[in-house]
Amino acid sequence: MKMSKTHTSELPFHVVKREPMPFWKSMGIRVAAVVIALLLCSILAVFMIKANPLEFLTTMVDGAFGSARRLWKFAKDSSVLLCISLAVTPAFRMRFWNIGAEGQTLIGALAAVGVAFYLGNTIPNALLLPLMLIAAIVVGAIWGGIPAIFKAKWGTNETLFTLMMNYVATGLVAYFLLLWTPSGSSVLGALSVGHLPILVHEYFLLIVIVLALTALAYIYLQYTKQGYEISVVGESENTARYIGINVEKVLIRTMLISGAICGVAGFLIVGALDHSVTTTTVGGLGFTAIMVSWLAKFNPLFMIGTSAFITFLQQGSAQITTNFNIDSAFPDMVIGIVLFFIIGCEFFIGYQLKFRESTKKGEKVE
Amino acid sequence: MFKKVLSLCLAVVMLASLALTMTSCGETKDDFKLGVILLHDEASTYDLNFLEAVERAADELGLSEDQIIYKKNIPESNDCYEAAADLVDEGCDIIFADSFGHETYMIKAAKEFTDVQFCHATGTMAHTENLANYHNAFASIYEGRFLAGVAAGMKLNEMIEDGTITADQAKMGYVGAFTYAEVISGYTSFYLGAKYVCPSVTMDVQFTGSWYDEIKEKDAATALINNGCVLISQHADSMGAPSVCEDKNVPNISYNGSTVASCPNTFIVSSKIDWTPYFVYICNAVQNGDAIDVDWTGTIATGSVALAEVNTKAAAEGTQAKIDELKAKLIAGELHVFDTATFTVGGETLTSYMADVNTDANYEKDTEVIADGYFHESEFRSAPYFDIQIDGITLLNTNFG
Repeated sequence: MKMSKTHTSELPFHVVKREPMPFWKSMGIRVAAVVIALLLCSILAVFMIKANPLEFLTTMVDGAFGSARRLWKFAKDSSVLLCISLAVTPAFRMRFWNIGAEGQTLIGALAAVGVAFYLGNTIPNALLLPLMLIAAIVVGAIWGGIPAIFKAKWGTNETLFTLMMNYVATGLVAYFLLLWTPSGSSVLGALSVGHLPILVHEYFLLIVIVLALTALAYIYLQYTKQGYEISVVGESENTARYIGINVEKVLIRTMLISGAICGVAGFLIVGALDHSVTTTTVGGLGFTAIMVSWLAKFNPLFMIGTSAFITFLQQGSAQITTNFNIDSAFPDMVIGIVLFFIIGCEFFIGYQLKFRESTKKGEKVE
Repeated sequence: MFKKVLSLCLAVVMLASLALTMTSCGETKDDFKLGVILLHDEASTYDLNFLEAVERAADELGLSEDQIIYKKNIPESNDCYEAAADLVDEGCDIIFADSFGHETYMIKAAKEFTDVQFCHATGTMAHTENLANYHNAFASIYEGRFLAGVAAGMKLNEMIEDGTITADQAKMGYVGAFTYAEVISGYTSFYLGAKYVCPSVTMDVQFTGSWYDEIKEKDAATALINNGCVLISQHADSMGAPSVCEDKNVPNISYNGSTVASCPNTFIVSSKIDWTPYFVYICNAVQNGDAIDVDWTGTIATGSVALAEVNTKAAAEGTQAKIDELKAKLIAGELHVFDTATFTVGGETLTSYMADVNTDANYEKDTEVIADGYFHESEFRSAPYFDIQIDGITLLNTNFG
């Protein structure tokens, strides 16, 4: 971080990197930021919906946890978001900016639906489901692998490439929907085949699978050689080369894994929830996942908390629009304000402002 | 970590349920509740049309604000089922959804919650699902479009008479969303209305492949005008086509409400579906313990199909009178929009047509819909199924999405 040492003479302060602070202190700052942000939101709510701040907060809680059904939905939505967040994490840890999780998940969902659509009535469910899963994983991995191969071989920009792959995926979904609905309505509707079995509750299996995947991702990243290689490539590609890591190979392998996990997410959405696909099946979760992963410092275990937190904000504030019948941009505002505060506090946890005191001698503050 | 999160969640739940029981004490109980699921929110003209209809119906029936619960921005996925289930928990007696793709998820909810009525606009499956509590509804908007087409034909006649165009140049342009029955039925009825008063009329149709895309609708309207179309109409939800018409001073027949405020010189008339009668109907039915029709088709007679006020500045003289005259004939059954004597397909008059009315995986054509000299639209189910390409209309492209 060379930035901290440079300074401009015009500003009355300059930015320097902080000494790393103890974990409890940084966590305290983050919690405080969230509390302040929520307070600000509730003040905003007072003006927008004429509700008292307490009502605002209880409605948020009610929206996310107010009934057994809402609690299951909360756990399910958190899990789907968590699954996609797990997918982007390995790539992020090696500083490969994969913003194509949306498309990788969507194409996985499309593959799963495609298998169910064509083979649905010809083979038993017990055979159909694994085929759907394999198709989703393979296609998701291809979608993630293509930008990685281009980056490894020709140094293309992965951010743009993965972003554009999202649009290609959306286009393909639109094309297949047209192919599958001769009436031209482009609405496939829920298929009657390829449903995941229901254990305990409709969403139970999905939640368990994602939690198992979280544990696997944690172990992979933290305790395996491949996970270590990812970290080294993320820290410095040159160091990785120097110690004999094949950076190109790690790049491609990691993106194949990212895409494959997205494929799993797509399969779960199709098999456990929608039983269908539309161009908006993923609904922006692929981008929200980036935030979830980043907030959790790319640690899969912390991501359980951050994905639950973001889901809480979404469902809680959606309940506010329902209860108070106000503009549905309100949930976005709440999430925006909270994230703004969190990002702000992350900056101040890592850096500090040093004000220039009157003398010009004491400039070399490190 | 997970245990911690879980116990935290549980603690919050308990607190929340405590708060809930405390707040529910002060509530005055009025039994009936209507739940409304919308694909988007008030920013979309399509959903706004439903929102406003619910408000008007509530006024008419004297329903209070907390007897109606909205779930906005609900995608066409399992989220629709979840929203419906949540509305059941909230005590709704009727749950309504407004988008075509909500249908299979509404049916899933209807099967689970058999003592709640589920009503779905634009859907096609109620008459084959045979569920006592699941219903489809649409309106015979083709009647409104036919009358709007009459206004267009009269404008063309005026242009022919004052020498602006010759009879051969009477070509209209139509900006459509998707190439499927709902849109095809719409533009064909519009064309037949124009042809009813102006026999030489022809029409070009350009599809955008989206229900709401202002740029594409603008481009399509511009292309049609450059191609010699002297009047434009549209079946898509943005202001794209009307605003191009105002810029280029080309007369426009609008849809989903009047655009006269932004297009004072070119707006002639517009047609729309008014859902108010339907909401009044279902609320009354449930409150009185009556059954709701499996397929309900609102007509121009029930007030479900409405025309905006004619803009005399742009319309030909006598337009309103002609519309009123033909409207009375439609209501009396003396005039049929899809009268097979008024159009040909490949040069031939149609005497028989099998339409795809029942939803099935193979899209089989299953029902004979021509009888007594006209195509019986929206009678075998509420959603349109007229999907024939008739002579005089040229499709410049097709776009199925």
